[in-house]
Amino acid sequence: MGWDLKSGRPIYFQLMEQIELRIISGIYPPGGRLPSVRDMAMDASVNPNTMQRALAELENEGLLYSQRTSGRFVTEDEGRIMEMKNKLAKAVIDEFMKHMTQLGYNRRQTIALINQTEEENN
Amino acid sequence: MEPILECRNLTKTYPGKMALCGVSLTVAKGRIVGLLGPNGSGKSTLIKLANGLLTPTGGELLIGGKAPGSESKKIVSYLPERTYLNDWMTVRALVDFFADFYADFSKEKAYDMLQRLNISAGSRLKTLSKGTKEKVQLILVMSREASLYLLDEPIGGVDPAARDYILNTIISNYTENASVVISTHLISDVEKILDDVIFLSMGTVALTSTVDDIREKKNKSVDELFREVFKC
Repeated sequence: MGWDLKSGRPIYFQLMEQIELRIISGIYPPGGRLPSVRDMAMDASVNPNTMQRALAELENEGLLYSQRTSGRFVTEDEGRIMEMKNKLAKAVIDEFMKHMTQLGYNRRQTIALINQTEEENN
Repeated sequence: MEPILECRNLTKTYPGKMALCGVSLTVAKGRIVGLLGPNGSGKSTLIKLANGLLTPTGGELLIGGKAPGSESKKIVSYLPERTYLNDWMTVRALVDFFADFYADFSKEKAYDMLQRLNISAGSRLKTLSKGTKEKVQLILVMSREASLYLLDEPIGGVDPAARDYILNTIISNYTENASVVISTHLISDVEKILDDVIFLSMGTVALTSTVDDIREKKNKSVDELFREVFKC
């Protein structure tokens, strides 16, 4: 999974999102140890200070925790990860609904269209 | 914390032209700073002053609290915009030359990077392409363990793949105590690795900011902001 950084939004914020995605998809499993800040920064081609900031913010949010000598880990609290997953899913839906509204579909029509598309694809 | 580079009201005039006009700025330790500005805005003049290649007309510039001189050259690693290396020398001889010259030079690091970029140490510099010459020069500069790296247009002449490698080299070589100043026009390529930016415009500082502050407050990338500020 590559690091996808674009747009004018703050880089640390985009890094946070991408790390969250990696936690959800199990690339960084619950309780797993993260690579070093420097290695992650190299991998994403970003400044180590920026990566450090993204990780510190995620730590504040309780998704990661540090152990003084052994590094930084993903939380073992799977409920917390699920909570984040739901939050991200809701954001995807809100965004999608906004697009559909722009295209002139109301809520009911949108849901009907989703079902119809799903049937066609199966 | 003491800044590694500090300018106070720095002015440099050439006959008939003011290159820098009352520039005051500081570069803190452990930061990667982009020195950005259109052609002729004073970027190279500032870097040359920091290396003692030019002397200020007014004001002062300090490296680690001292004026540029032989002491500052021990801790500053400089990549000039043009090559000054003897092109009859082989890459290996250049590595030896740098190792003799600078106490903080690591041959191991240099050979490691040369190998990664498939540059053979036996080649004479003049037989290499323009881009490869630039890579060699950057490798020599980045193989020092300096406190301040001053890189004047480090990625201008190299292909995008090598550009990524070079930027990664800059990130991986720098330590918490070292600072890097990169002057370039290729903003979108470098902005991911920058902490701070300094915009120079006609010899004065137009803006200093952290990269994420620009993105947070203006909702724009540094590249977009640059195009807006310096729109022709």
